[in-house]
Amino acid sequence: MSEILSLHQVTFSYTPEVAESRNAVDDVNFAIQEGEWIAIVGHNGSGKSTIAKLMNGLLFPQQGEVRILGKPLNEDNLWQSRSQMGMVFQNPDNQFVGATVQDDVAFALENNGIPFEEMVTRVHQALAQVNMSDFMNHEPHHLSGGQKQRVAIAGALALKPKLLILDEATSMLDPQGRMEVLQTVQALRAEIGLTVISITHDLEEAMLANRVLFMNDGKKFAEGLPSEIFSLGDKLVELGLDLPFAWKLSKLLQQEGVPLLGQHITEEELVNDLWTSNFNK
Amino acid sequence: MDIKLQQVSYAYAQGTPFEKRALFDVDFTIPSGTYQAIIGHTGSGKSTILQHFNALLKPTTGEVHIGNRIVAAGKKARDLKAVRQKVGIVFQFPEHQLFEETVLKDIMFGPLNFGVAVQEAELRARKLVNLVGLPAEVLEKSPFDLSGGQMRRVAIAGVLAMEPEVIVLDEPTAGLDPRGQKEIMDMFYELHKKRGLTTILVTHSMEDAARYADNIIIMHEGKNVLSGAPHEIFRDTETLNSFRLEPPRIVRFQQKVEQLMNKPLSKVCLTEEELAAEIARELREERAEQ
Repeated sequence: MSEILSLHQVTFSYTPEVAESRNAVDDVNFAIQEGEWIAIVGHNGSGKSTIAKLMNGLLFPQQGEVRILGKPLNEDNLWQSRSQMGMVFQNPDNQFVGATVQDDVAFALENNGIPFEEMVTRVHQALAQVNMSDFMNHEPHHLSGGQKQRVAIAGALALKPKLLILDEATSMLDPQGRMEVLQTVQALRAEIGLTVISITHDLEEAMLANRVLFMNDGKKFAEGLPSEIFSLGDKLVELGLDLPFAWKLSKLLQQEGVPLLGQHITEEELVNDLWTSNFNK
Repeated sequence: MDIKLQQVSYAYAQGTPFEKRALFDVDFTIPSGTYQAIIGHTGSGKSTILQHFNALLKPTTGEVHIGNRIVAAGKKARDLKAVRQKVGIVFQFPEHQLFEETVLKDIMFGPLNFGVAVQEAELRARKLVNLVGLPAEVLEKSPFDLSGGQMRRVAIAGVLAMEPEVIVLDEPTAGLDPRGQKEIMDMFYELHKKRGLTTILVTHSMEDAARYADNIIIMHEGKNVLSGAPHEIFRDTETLNSFRLEPPRIVRFQQKVEQLMNKPLSKVCLTEEELAAEIARELREERAEQ
């Protein structure tokens, strides 16, 4: 497994001239390996989005360095490095440039000087990967939120990036749209082994990741498997997040005197425990 | 102040080749003092309805009664200013509407426009900033130096500063972290109770509709198709699915538990607390029977 991206003691402040101001990102280290899905969670203002901007060189750290495919990111290799990263942002309406879905997906390819025939193939392929081939000639603004975000993902995929970054890409969608996008990401991981970083405060989304990075006030508060992070329980609430649904419910059930083996993170585990501890007797 | 829609239809770009009908004979009443949720799939007409509540849009046919004022198709409406003072709308991402130099000026802008004296407007701003959970220091700051969550609160204070009787919320917590979401929703609920406001929540979140609303209206393809208390609305998954909606997570979980027990619980539970208590009660009864 090779390393796709890493942060080494990265510190960034929006107001470095003000001595007493808190760093937006403070001495953060982490690495993502090829094929992984990492979720970055944390409250508003915890530094999640700043990290995203540092990863693709919209911002440069005052201390430490960001490495893409092992090389430090700098002004000289910025464009080359960016072409390895596809990014999908929060608001589906702010990222369309093309008059039709296929024009939109082709936009970045055109910018990168991809020959026409190759472009056609890649557009078709990318739209097929997000299951939007039927909408090739539709106008983007007539699509649903989930469809728009899938087209945005296709636009990123067409460049054949090593890494897809989702910056709160599901937070403005209705439940169905959110599900569509997450299923698309899961399918892409299964098919082409895409490496994904998702920045989110949706715990259910974070639960799908291999690893979770938990940010608080610019610092990395914890890093681990989703099950490890969500076992932090009340600490999550204290730091602005929520408890997973099943965890909350298992706690309440135990308070009500319902025998359970423990507190659970997934619904499935809780249902199974309810069954073994109460019904299967 | 009741809001009544009578046979309201609305078409965008009427009379042009791009005409698109968004509402068809919408008919419902929102009684004064209630907490109403309007839910529906994307494109169901929720946002178009919302703009009728303070006459930002006028119906193509039909009438909208806002208190004792009537906004009807084809008629010139008078006194819309009073309507807009009484019905405050918190749009999606209201922080995009901030523009003043300081938070204080931004919150005061609405009331001053409606003829409130400077002193009074300032007094309101100072009270509201506290109410929406911000420290008094922010009043002198530029709204653009605040975090996204803080900007949202300033924008909400700006709407509340007009002291509306009806408050319309369009996805008020989109993009906030879970704590911010809960704080904002609880704040609106408290205001609703304390001041006897009429609150209309337009949302994708079935969880919020279940937790806060007295009554839910479902919109589907430009028409209001169902109305009822949350317990009734979320009981019938099949009907919800036909409108491309899902019951809240808690209800779906209850269904799994019912499968496990092989019998239905005595009621549809809408909060985790309610469901935990209900499961516990059911288990106790079962044990007593054995």
